Formats: sequence, structure tokens, C-alpha cells
Amino acid sequence: MPAESVLMRFVEGEGTADLDAYVQAGGYEAARHALTTLTPESVIDIVDQSGLRGKGGAGFPTGRKWKFIPKGAPVKYVVVNGDEAEPCTFKDHMLLERAPHLLVEGIIITAYAVGAHTAYAYVRREGYLARERLRQAVAVAYERGFLGRKIFGTDMDLDVVVHTGAGAYIAGEETALLESLEGRRAMPRQRPPFPAVAGLYGKPTVINNVETLSHLPAVIRLGPEAYRSLGPPALFSVSGHVRRPGVYELPLGTPMHELIEHAGGLREGRRFKAAFPGGSSSAILTAEHLDVPMDYEPLRVAGSMLGSASLIVMDDTTCIVRVVARAVGFYKEESCGKCTPCREGTYWLSLVFDRILHGRGRMEDLDLLAHISKGLNGTCFCLLGESVPPSLDASLQHFRHEYEYHIGTGRCDVEDRLPPQHFAARSTGDPGAAAGTPGA
Amino acid sequence: MPVLRDEARDEIRRLPDHYEHRQSALIPALFVAQREIGWLPPDTLREVADLLDLPSSEVTSVASFYRFFFLEPPGRHLVLLCTNLACALNGAEHIRHHLEARLEIPPGQITADGIFTFRESECLAACYLAPMMMVDCDRFGPLTPKSVDEILERYRAR
Repeated sequence: MPAESVLMRFVEGEGTADLDAYVQAGGYEAARHALTTLTPESVIDIVDQSGLRGKGGAGFPTGRKWKFIPKGAPVKYVVVNGDEAEPCTFKDHMLLERAPHLLVEGIIITAYAVGAHTAYAYVRREGYLARERLRQAVAVAYERGFLGRKIFGTDMDLDVVVHTGAGAYIAGEETALLESLEGRRAMPRQRPPFPAVAGLYGKPTVINNVETLSHLPAVIRLGPEAYRSLGPPALFSVSGHVRRPGVYELPLGTPMHELIEHAGGLREGRRFKAAFPGGSSSAILTAEHLDVPMDYEPLRVAGSMLGSASLIVMDDTTCIVRVVARAVGFYKEESCGKCTPCREGTYWLSLVFDRILHGRGRMEDLDLLAHISKGLNGTCFCLLGESVPPSLDASLQHFRHEYEYHIGTGRCDVEDRLPPQHFAARSTGDPGAAAGTPGA
Repeated sequence: MPVLRDEARDEIRRLPDHYEHRQSALIPALFVAQREIGWLPPDTLREVADLLDLPSSEVTSVASFYRFFFLEPPGRHLVLLCTNLACALNGAEHIRHHLEARLEIPPGQITADGIFTFRESECLAACYLAPMMMVDCDRFGPLTPKSVDEILERYRAR
């Protein structure tokens, strides 16, 4: 963790779900400062200069997003995207469960900046604890006068409504989220108009991710320069084959191998094979990229992206074909069916992967996979379908021999190379129980 | 004929107060109805439609889109085994085999005794617990065959 942790200090230990703990740690002072001494325009400028970018995956500059909100509109909304469902991303749940007041304070600052008086926090269905903690935080914030009428003695009124999702990854796409919040099937909308102009109920709407909003108290407290000088800071979800999977706060630009070291490094005797740097929508990187700075531009240059800053580490026991097949299966399952390339492309890709993994693959299937992938690239209605080609293409490029081995032999080269107890040990999560594990 | 209790009907009638358009209350209302009945039979969907003054077809369309609305009676407990990447990398497939053997059903079905609905799940945002599962509202992991047995035993008794 850097010397100045802006988020994790509210998360660690007992956390700050309790309002008194949060206030004792300086909570709600940034919102008070903003509402009582800053103009809405200057709040937007501070956020713009801070370099804060959307943490949900798209990385759009937050201040710029807010500047699109038309000033004169009588009704505007703030919508919190708490639908966190990008594979292997778990920072928002952690924030909501352990430091929900960071979000509430971030909402107050945002609503003040853009002139909104109602905010909806959309939390995915499976986030039971996250939603409960947020509900409690909102309720107690009302009791203390941080929400409701005349906040901090100013003319600012703000209501926050916690809303539940019902189980659909696509609802994390911001226009699909609006559809879901309006009580319909979560299917993305045509843009333009962008939500900033015509969002919830056709009104100007700011939609920000939970982590993005949770950074705002620090942005206001530190000021844009000091905040920027911390990296700017980011939460990384690290998972897969590391010893201490978890959320780590580090400056943007931290090299990938350092992030892996923070997460305890690889397991005994294992070698790094590949990683998704930003969730399953980001292209797989290989060992030659271990030094890449975990930041927007360097990862783009490396042919991938920062996405939701979720590093999924894979060691040398990993079958890349299975991993990509599982990722494709995810997008197939979650495709909303609105557009043909996504609905059909993910379906046909899954069929091809299924036969390769069941020993019925043909060498032509490699071209077929590449062909279907090309058909998805740039043709889908939203980013869900567009998330399939990066990893698929990268796997065909870097790990073509694994596909060829599966197709040529009907077996997996990783399984053929490693003694079976590796898989048994891995499966139980308990290396001592390697022998005689059912199903191994 | 109303099936829902008066309290639930009132709760649903109040939900639109939070929103500019009353249809925003639909998903919360369906969860109220499902909490009451355990699932969403056709007459309950119609009742929700009437309470919110929405077309029945729209209510059914929405209810059938999201995976946490049950259009058939589920088991008493919902077992969601994550098989997405972080869990898959940490042996979720072996846990799935173990669950299939213990529950005597493949994912997507209800146990013969009606106690468990067993589903494979996409990422549940708790990858530090991989391989993990949720039973109803609670998370468990890292799972071993032994811990799975203990967890199932606990819920069987509830």
C-alpha cells in the first residue's frame, strides 16, 4: 500500500460501515467542505483536474462526463452503478460492505456538483451484504442530516434510493442499467443521446461506478494535485493463481509483476504463464509483459486494457484453451440477445470450443474461431459482445500450439505435461489433501 | 382473486413513490411477491401487474429476463457454485463434480427431496474465496469437498 492510502484505510481492520468510525476517520468532512465553501463548478473542475477516471471498465474521465450535463435542466439524476459483475472484479463489493459511507459521501459531492436531488444506487442482486450495508449507511446518514433536506445547513436537498438488480451481467452496461432501473429488460440503448443528456426517465443523468464515487472524498480532501501525485490511486482486484488474492490499493502505473508480488506472488514451484490485466474483457498478456505498468495507456500499447483493473493471474498449470472457452461461455450466457453478432457469435464460438475440448476439433476450427471473432469485432451493439475478440485473438496468437495439441491429440498438453497430483492439489485448495480427492 | 397478503399488496403499492415512473417499482415488486409465495406463478404475475397498473405481458417479459425470478417452484435453498475464471483456476470443476455427486443432480436442477436448487453461477465478486459458492445470501470458500459437505448439512437442517 502507498504511504497515503485513500480508500483502503477506510476498509481495513474493522472497516467503517459504522458511521461513527467513518466520521472519526474524517468522514463527511469533504462533502461538508464542498457544499459549504465550493461552487458546483469548482467541484467539477477539481474532479476534472484530479485525473479521476471511471473505474467500472471504460475509464472515461469523470469530470468530463459531468461537464456534459446540461446546466439549465430542471431535473437531473445521479445513478450509481453497483452492478459489479465483470469476472474477477470485487473491489466495489468490498467498498460497499466495509466502507459504504465513502460512496454515500461521494454521491453527495456528485449530486451537488451536477445539481441533482435524487440518486439511485443500483446494486446487483447477489450483493446481499453490500446492499444491506449500503441501506444501513443511507438510513443513518439521513438520521444525522447528511442526506435529506438542507444538508449541512445549506439549501441542498438529496434523496438516495437503494435499488436491487435481479441477475443479469448486461445490467452493468450503463444504458442497460437505466432500462433495468426503469423496470424493463436490461438491454442497452442506442447512443446518442448519451445518458448525460437523456438518461433515466429521459432526464440528464450522471452514471458512475461505486469505486469512482468512493474516490471523491479523497479528491476533495487532498485537492487535485496531491491526489494526482498518488498515482492517481486505484483499487486492483487480484485473483487466480496468487497466494493472497484480494483488493490492493496502489498507484496507477504499478508494474504487473509488483502487483503480483503484493498479492503474495505465485505458489511454490509455479511459473507465470499469462494474465488478464483488466477482467475477462481485456486481452490476455504473457510473461513478456510482466513489467508493463498497470495504467491505461501502457496496457493499450501492450494490446490490452486496464478495464476494471482486475488482474487474473494464470500459472503454468493453466490450459489457455479451457480458460478462453470459459470466458466465451460467460459472454454467451450473459448476451442479452438484442444484436445478432453477439447473440449468434458467442453461441457458435461456444459450439466450436466444445468440440475442441471434447476431442472432436478440426484444424480448420482455428480459422473458424478467428473468423467468428472478426465478425464480432466492431459490429456489436454494446461492449459485451466486443469483449470477446480481445482474449480469443490473443490466445490464438500466443497459444496457438495449445489449440493444435487439443485438436491433434484430443488431449490437453498442460495435463499431459504435469503429473496429475497438481490438479488434485489445486482443486481442493488444500495441498495436504492431494491424494484420493473425489473427482480428481 | 388476490393471492398476496394485504401487507404485501400495500408494500407493492407504496414502491412507486420512490420513482418518477411507476414501472421502476416492477423489479422490487416482483421480489416482494416472490418473498411471499416462494416463486412467481402466473396468477401472481397478473396480480403484480394489476397492483402497478402495468400490462401482464410486460411483467412476464421482465420476470423471465432476470435469473433470480423463479417462474417454477425452486428448492428451499439456492446453491450457486461460481465456475467463472478465478474459481475455475482454483478447482471449481472438481467442486462441481463433488456437488453433483452429493446432490445427485447436475446443475440447473432441484434435488429429489426439494431442499436444494443447484446452479452454476457466473462471477459472484468474491474471488479471494475461490473456489466459492453462495447458499441463499451467504458466501463460502475456499471450498473443499469436506467443507461443501458441512455446508450442505447445515442448510439441510434449516
